Amino acid sequence: MSHLTATPVIEPGQDRTMILNMGPHHPSTHGVLRLILEIDGETIVRIMPDIGYLHTGIEKTCEAKFYQQVVPLTDRIDYLCPLTNNLCYVLAVEKLLGLEIPPKAQWMRVMLNELTRINSHLVWLGTHALDIGAMSVFLYCFREREDILRLFEMVSGQRMMTSYFRIGGLALEPPLGFFERVRQFANRFPEKVNEYENLLTGNPIWGMRTKGVARITAADAIALGASGPTLRGSGVDFDLRRDMPYSGYENFKFNVPVLQDGDVFARYLCRVREMRESIAMVQQALNGMPEGPIKADAPKVILPDREKMKTEMEALIYHFKIITEGFSVPAGEVYQAVESPRGEMGYYVVSDGTAKPYRVHMRAACLANLQLLPQMCEGRLLADVVAAIGSIDIVLGEIDR
Amino acid sequence: MPLSPAITDLEELKDHPALALLLAWNAAAVESAKYDRDEITIYVERSSIRDACVLLRDNRKCPFNFLADVTCVDWHPSEPRFEVIYHLLSIPQKERVRLKVRLEGSSPVIETVTSVWPAANFFEREVFDLFGVRFTGHPYLRRLLMPEDWEGNPMRKDYPVEGYR
Repeated sequence: MSHLTATPVIEPGQDRTMILNMGPHHPSTHGVLRLILEIDGETIVRIMPDIGYLHTGIEKTCEAKFYQQVVPLTDRIDYLCPLTNNLCYVLAVEKLLGLEIPPKAQWMRVMLNELTRINSHLVWLGTHALDIGAMSVFLYCFREREDILRLFEMVSGQRMMTSYFRIGGLALEPPLGFFERVRQFANRFPEKVNEYENLLTGNPIWGMRTKGVARITAADAIALGASGPTLRGSGVDFDLRRDMPYSGYENFKFNVPVLQDGDVFARYLCRVREMRESIAMVQQALNGMPEGPIKADAPKVILPDREKMKTEMEALIYHFKIITEGFSVPAGEVYQAVESPRGEMGYYVVSDGTAKPYRVHMRAACLANLQLLPQMCEGRLLADVVAAIGSIDIVLGEIDR
Repeated sequence: MPLSPAITDLEELKDHPALALLLAWNAAAVESAKYDRDEITIYVERSSIRDACVLLRDNRKCPFNFLADVTCVDWHPSEPRFEVIYHLLSIPQKERVRLKVRLEGSSPVIETVTSVWPAANFFEREVFDLFGVRFTGHPYLRRLLMPEDWEGNPMRKDYPVEGYR
């Protein structure tokens, strides 16, 4: 495995080659990724990613907050799938506490997570196609994304930084008419996916830019820590939702799209098919949505209802205690992984028995996936770098944290 | 679902595939083990971490072929101060295991696992950057997230949250 290295050292002074700086402010780097390229004419000799331009120290900030105050911070890590981050963090803390979550909350979480996956894949598809030169797809994708953001706004009050999940359940009951709106969207959406596919899948220009480009083998992808569609595009059949289910995913029936080619086109098809599976899961969630409470029965952890707080003394005391001094979590550690749109997103939370987490570490799928870039691009043309970056679907907020 | 207490008895846990492999290979390399909240943690002796990783990756029965994460926890001011944590995943068997190595605060040095999984490259650089743990044999041990000329290691517990002003 000695041929795999994420950071070949690039020094100036070679004769034939030239050093080219790409980014950090380059539209195709999807944020602030800087690449140092050594090129021989148009051919990439070596490529070295340089990250850290978006480092905010969120992990350090978490250590100074109460457990419930960390939830809004998790939105900001991967800003294209805030609900997936919320879910992963609350699942980790619930595991630390040993809380049982009522079925309705679990099903709502799954439904919203699948909508988030579609939302994230739409942004990916639009920008990826725009990078390669297919302008119109971007407008189509953002049209449907707007509908999903309206759904998020309806349920949580926020379009992007939702923070809708709470430790122990959900923040609010879904509003009246919400499920009807989701159903309308779910009925409409599969047709729209056909529209995107009509524009791209059979398009010869799209095929030339993506087929056989930035190939990676299954063995290399596993060794470099790839996960999610990037791994499944190389023929590894592994999806955390199916293979290590969490939050009630075992109640859903879905296929995991796997493609063998390991090129940009395979990763593209994998994500497009995932969108179809996700919308089918949203349908299943709507049809089988259980009735019941949306919060677990744990008054020391979960804020009481507003109504109760104003009428019951005990509820008021709990409310005051949770807000002012948080709740203590038994000492221990957990690693909770979920399948985010980009791959394995993991939260490692260590508790020392107090009301603030001792350590919160986020396993960023993109950080590992970015390490594939040199292996994908070396020996290929400069223009393929843009296609390769788009195909691993990076979010720099998650990489730098 | 009340929490059941953690199991720390090696005898009770020896059926777990990862622990059974490590004990059969070199019982001296396993310092202790813990089963808590459905997750197994194995404390590995510092000098054998690389060989333990190779063993867990290459065995037939339950190959832990995927390195999910490498991170670190600072237990300042107690000693040993640092814990370097490896989360391994077996894609064929769908098993997880957590390896831990304790390091003294005076010399936080450990062998790299980049030769076992190239994925460790960025993870170890991040730990080096934020905690100041050195990985010997790493191909390119430089700061990853902080600027090159930054002083100090921000994730250490004796580094203030608001930074030095």
